[in-house]
Amino acid sequence: MTPAEIREEIIDILGDIAPDENLDELVDEKNFREQLELDSMDFLDIVMELRKRHRVQIPEEDYGNLASMKTTVDYLEPKMRDIIKA
Amino acid sequence: MYDTIIIGAGMSGLAAGIRLAHFDQRVCILERHYTIGGLNSFYRLGGRDYDVGLHAMTNFARPGTKRGPLAKLIRQLRFRWEDFKLAEQIGSSIRFPGVSLDFGNDIELLESEIATHFPASIDGFYRLRQSLLDYDDLDGDDPNFCRSARSVLNEAIPDPLLREMLLCPLMWYGNARQDDMDFGQFCIMFRACYLEGFARPLKGVRVILKNLVRKFRGLGGELKLRSGVARIHVEGQRAVGVVLDDGTELCGRRILSSAGSIETMRMCDDITEVDTARAGQLSFIESISILDRQPREFGFDRTIVFYNDCESFHWRKPEVGLCDTRTGVICSPNNYRYDAQDGQLADGVIRITTLADHDRWCQLPDLKYQAEKVAQYEASVESAVRYMPDFRRYTIDTDVFTPKTIRRFTWHDNGAVYGAPDKHWDGKTHLDNVFLCGTDQGFVGIVGAIVSGISIANRHCLTDANGTGIGPQG
Repeated sequence: MTPAEIREEIIDILGDIAPDENLDELVDEKNFREQLELDSMDFLDIVMELRKRHRVQIPEEDYGNLASMKTTVDYLEPKMRDIIKA
Repeated sequence: MYDTIIIGAGMSGLAAGIRLAHFDQRVCILERHYTIGGLNSFYRLGGRDYDVGLHAMTNFARPGTKRGPLAKLIRQLRFRWEDFKLAEQIGSSIRFPGVSLDFGNDIELLESEIATHFPASIDGFYRLRQSLLDYDDLDGDDPNFCRSARSVLNEAIPDPLLREMLLCPLMWYGNARQDDMDFGQFCIMFRACYLEGFARPLKGVRVILKNLVRKFRGLGGELKLRSGVARIHVEGQRAVGVVLDDGTELCGRRILSSAGSIETMRMCDDITEVDTARAGQLSFIESISILDRQPREFGFDRTIVFYNDCESFHWRKPEVGLCDTRTGVICSPNNYRYDAQDGQLADGVIRITTLADHDRWCQLPDLKYQAEKVAQYEASVESAVRYMPDFRRYTIDTDVFTPKTIRRFTWHDNGAVYGAPDKHWDGKTHLDNVFLCGTDQGFVGIVGAIVSGISIANRHCLTDANGTGIGPQG
């Protein structure tokens, strides 16, 4: 997957776990927490959905990399590079 | 081999099952009863639908709200707001001798009532509201959590009658402890009842249960009814599986039990004796009257009335007799703001809940039990009509359920509706892979139970403790 495709996938996951949020205006450099009302349960869901959909494992000590869209995509890029977008 | 075996198909077990099945675990829910729901169930009698449990769903939030337990459960279980079609209450009241306080889903009504009837206490009430623990603090670790709610109220509210009146609904809707309440539990119930409020789907609890079951099964979850767990088989520090009442053995990597703390311990084959003194004591009867007209036609528009006939509120098991009718809860499921297009319930319904003694009810021989159901129904209604218009001449059908019924639905010791007083907020037991959810974990009520199932599933069943992997292995 390209970084753009990974971003699209994260948007899709966020749409699933937070359907009432407007994701069109999401600023990639800003923290999710500042823009969306996500709590620890929602972050767990991002991790779990990535595992479910793409078999991507994210160890707990790496959860901090999911702070914003930019850091998330940067972190996932090497892990998801070889995944073919369905 | 299951990834997780869940004991009990009530709200918490079903919610936990959805979470785990959604993330591809092999999950089996085992239910002893022939129907789902546990305490929050339903039955059909004489061509009519009855609810057990649900008077009102607490923790109401309007569609689109992002915070609070209801929003959380909708997100976590991937529901939509419209799946539950909640109608808000018209309004509720707390009625004590000489004074009645109205409240609704907006705290300002209760505040103005307090300012009118207890002006000396309104500032204290504002401060109390500011000092409530937030849901995020409520894992039982906060040092104030176990404080006596009565002592906190004594400091905050000068008027003793108001203290009793504020406690009455909160204890009725979620306090397993006699006489007093943990401050943490008080905060949970204060938010659930006074800050968030009451609502209900037109068709009652079955709407919620059907949504949960449909989702669970749609994700590949297995649900086995009439499948009581006789034993949890333990090897060393871990459970390896369960043995059902009929002898069937099932293996699981972990077990999540909503059966209650003592009740679960009793199943574990490494434990020979359980401390039954720690079981809950509070059980109820409910007297249901079906009426030939809507309650509003005879001037009763209240959704819930919590009443108490003396200045101090007695929250304990009846000391003598089968029931204590000094206090009670009146609920009319008609008195909600249902959508015009959905219509209204066909019959008028008044449900009255009264404190009852489980052991005395269960010791009655069969004929006496049937006779007492009638006698205690009459006593409960007689007590309640002091606080609402007398509806007895409109009654066309009645039913009563007792602590014996509650025990049959829930299998809780003593038919204790809110379980044992000492909660297990972290969901842990003496075994490494057996966890508790539901009433004895701590959150009560329908929304509370669902959130309990979700949070314990997330904490212990999705993420492995050693951090090397998440969810099902292999």
